[in-house]
Amino acid sequence: MNAVFALLIVVGLAFVAMVSSQHAGSHAFFGIALPYVAVVVFIGGMIYRIVDWARSPVPFRIPTTCGQQKSLDWIKPSRFDNPTDTFGVVVRMALEVLFFRSLFRNTSVVVGEGTVKPAPREEGDESIAPAPDPMPGPVVAYSATKWLWLAGLAFHYAFLFILLRHLRFFTEPVPMFVDLIEGLDGFMEIGLPTLFLTGAVLLLAVTYLLLRRLFLPEVRYISLLQDYFPLFLILGIGISGITLRHFVGADMAAVKELTLSLARFQPVLPEESLHFMFYTHVFLVCVLFIYFPFSKLVHLGGVFFSPTRNLANNSRIVRHVNPWAKPAKLHSYKEYEAEFGEKMKAAGIPLDKD
Amino acid sequence: MADAKPDEIGYYKADDLVKVDYAPPESEWIDTPLDIRPGSFIYPAKEKHIEFLGMDNPRPWSPLDDDWDLPDDWKERIHNGLKERLDKYRSLKVFMDICVRCGACADKCHFFIGSGDPKNMPVLRAELLRSVYRNDFTTAGKLLGKMAGARPLTKEVIKEWYYYFYQCTECRRCSVFCPYGIDTAEITMLARELLNLVGCNVNWVMEPVANCTVTGNHLRIQPHGLMDTFEFFADDVEEATGIQLDIPVNKKGADILFITPSGDFLADPGTFTCMGYMLLFHQLGLNYTWSTYASDGGNFGLFASHDNMRDLNAKIYAEAKRLGVKWILGGECGHMWRVLNQYMDTMNGPADFLEVPKSPITGTVFENARSTKMIHIMEFTADLIKHNKLKFDKSRNKGLKVTFHDSCNPARAMGILEEPRRVLNAVCDFQEMPENTIREQTFCCGGGAGLGTDENMEMRLRGGLPRGNAVHYVQQRYGVNRLAAMCAIDRATLETVCEFWAPEVKVTGIHELVANALIIKGEKKREVNLRLEPIGGEED
Repeated sequence: MNAVFALLIVVGLAFVAMVSSQHAGSHAFFGIALPYVAVVVFIGGMIYRIVDWARSPVPFRIPTTCGQQKSLDWIKPSRFDNPTDTFGVVVRMALEVLFFRSLFRNTSVVVGEGTVKPAPREEGDESIAPAPDPMPGPVVAYSATKWLWLAGLAFHYAFLFILLRHLRFFTEPVPMFVDLIEGLDGFMEIGLPTLFLTGAVLLLAVTYLLLRRLFLPEVRYISLLQDYFPLFLILGIGISGITLRHFVGADMAAVKELTLSLARFQPVLPEESLHFMFYTHVFLVCVLFIYFPFSKLVHLGGVFFSPTRNLANNSRIVRHVNPWAKPAKLHSYKEYEAEFGEKMKAAGIPLDKD
Repeated sequence: MADAKPDEIGYYKADDLVKVDYAPPESEWIDTPLDIRPGSFIYPAKEKHIEFLGMDNPRPWSPLDDDWDLPDDWKERIHNGLKERLDKYRSLKVFMDICVRCGACADKCHFFIGSGDPKNMPVLRAELLRSVYRNDFTTAGKLLGKMAGARPLTKEVIKEWYYYFYQCTECRRCSVFCPYGIDTAEITMLARELLNLVGCNVNWVMEPVANCTVTGNHLRIQPHGLMDTFEFFADDVEEATGIQLDIPVNKKGADILFITPSGDFLADPGTFTCMGYMLLFHQLGLNYTWSTYASDGGNFGLFASHDNMRDLNAKIYAEAKRLGVKWILGGECGHMWRVLNQYMDTMNGPADFLEVPKSPITGTVFENARSTKMIHIMEFTADLIKHNKLKFDKSRNKGLKVTFHDSCNPARAMGILEEPRRVLNAVCDFQEMPENTIREQTFCCGGGAGLGTDENMEMRLRGGLPRGNAVHYVQQRYGVNRLAAMCAIDRATLETVCEFWAPEVKVTGIHELVANALIIKGEKKREVNLRLEPIGGEED
């Protein structure tokens, strides 16, 4: 149900854009006003969210340690999975943000029944041996699963490269790295204009993420409207973008005239009307930008604020200060001795009083 | 056993519990009613403990009641309490905002693996709170309501919180796998604080907190009672080894204050580990002391609230100061070390009246505890072994094949992974469990964070499935018959888990094995171990 709603909302949004952008009168809205609003909301919203998180203090140092601590000189610490210094934390965060380190650990579990066979033993092994005739019983088995990691990583990188590639529309001259990315992206030279790999990867990855939400019962059970909506929206953005490039054959020079004018804060609509599919694409992107700061997509910023990842495990080495700390209500030794002093004395326990 | 009750192990059969149904219910989770049944919840805190601690809404009540007798302003209390915590804890705010519900955490939780209840998926456990957060604190939630995953706070929500936030052992395994490091332990801790505000807390946590406040230990053992316990230990140690122990208590002028979880005084097999510490210190001639006042490091306050944790923990530094020791040594305990490693210095430091811990035997300076001035006994013993300061006769642990359970908090809130393995390898025949069940991926015993009580037996056994099964695996494959754990809760609850999932495997602390193998000056020929059982098993 949540998925259907989300799909209907995205289709509805696209439909509104497609219909209304047929009228040239709406182009100033779709092409100029809305993009500005979207960028302002996105930047303003993200700043608001980040400031809001930053306003709450980090009272305790609670990293989740995922490796050996630094203790004795002769035990090798796990510098990045259990960092004690800033360098270690930076690497840990980089691994998390750039390679999804934690998700890479993913396993799946199967609970069934079976028989555990005794391990082969070397001759002369006199240690305890397992029972010779194993009984069937419950078996909980774990296996590595990397699909979610792979699809997640592919999706995020494809999105990043597509975003960078689009800088072409907002810069003149186009920076070298944008040309470079575009060259790499189209190296397969399939189709005319060349199919960008990132576009295909994005659609595939988003489709996978959507299908697993729809068909894995546990994931479907936890999925909310706001989990499906961005997936459909990004799918819509991808499809409209690819349509624009490969099927509509939009006038790229005219598009760039508009986008560059936006970037230079001297917005002008091109003389000849742009295709409605262009406005639809832009509209959906604007919706994403506006939606972003008010949704779970803020994990983009939030991941940097997670106290279980961005703190060093050094709270025995350096004192961490809690800004709102209150002193303990201690049940003091004095009270304790006042209550039990007689008994302590009789039991031969030394007292402060004496 | 036919008449066994839900709080007894005989009530359950492994063949039944292992048939876990992972198919989610037809109805959405928000509409799925709560099924509270005996065996799967914990009794509420008794009035007298809540009154004594000055906490909210003391009253007699039962989770099976329809009306939980919440205070009139319960809704405001929760709303304001949540607001206050969002302003105080960046963790909470970030964790409420950034979850994408990717589901990577789902099958990482031992309670989900063992029960199949979708609300035991860490993501959904958090959504129980997040849905209310959205409703009260986000624009989308206020405007769109249920469509945006928001739901208003109702008394049913409180019941659901009580049930599921006491079905989380704060083990942090999900947090290892979460791409944003969302820590369900943090969410559970703060959700329990909210529940405290309306008087919904459990006796298995609050009674120990109250007891520790008064007497320093869980069972309200008074100082002279503790002395009796120590004397029993000394008697048993003498019978096993011929060594006469001198047990220093509340001794001013000692160099080292030794703090251990009070479980080690109270119940087997923790007691054997306690004797192990005593023998080790005796052999070293350590100038140390026990404290009756600060006789528990275990700190169930961690499972109640940050304030309770702080107040109990404060005793340790206070006692170190009073006795004038140089530094503090901590025993084998799990969540105690979460508190000591991640909270103590912040809450009750700075410990500027102490010295940086230095082993009087090896001269090693523990720079890793430069600020807290407290080290883990496994760091201390591993250092001794490395410097050849201890002589062992491994054959005294003959008949044992030992595996090691990494306790959640030492693994994931500290990272003390190698030290215990070095020690175990030095004193016994050691065999690892499968890699997805150890080190940072270790599974909880199912009884941590105040859940290890018998009335919660069904959930303990279900939650114990992954650990129990890993033990069963090494038992069948390698003949493992002993499970070592450096945690008092483990030593108490894994006995049950093993009895159910891996029968005949017994649980031990590491220093029990150390002391059994340790060659001690002046000892007699050892024929029995610290359990007073013949060495090498009965067959020999």
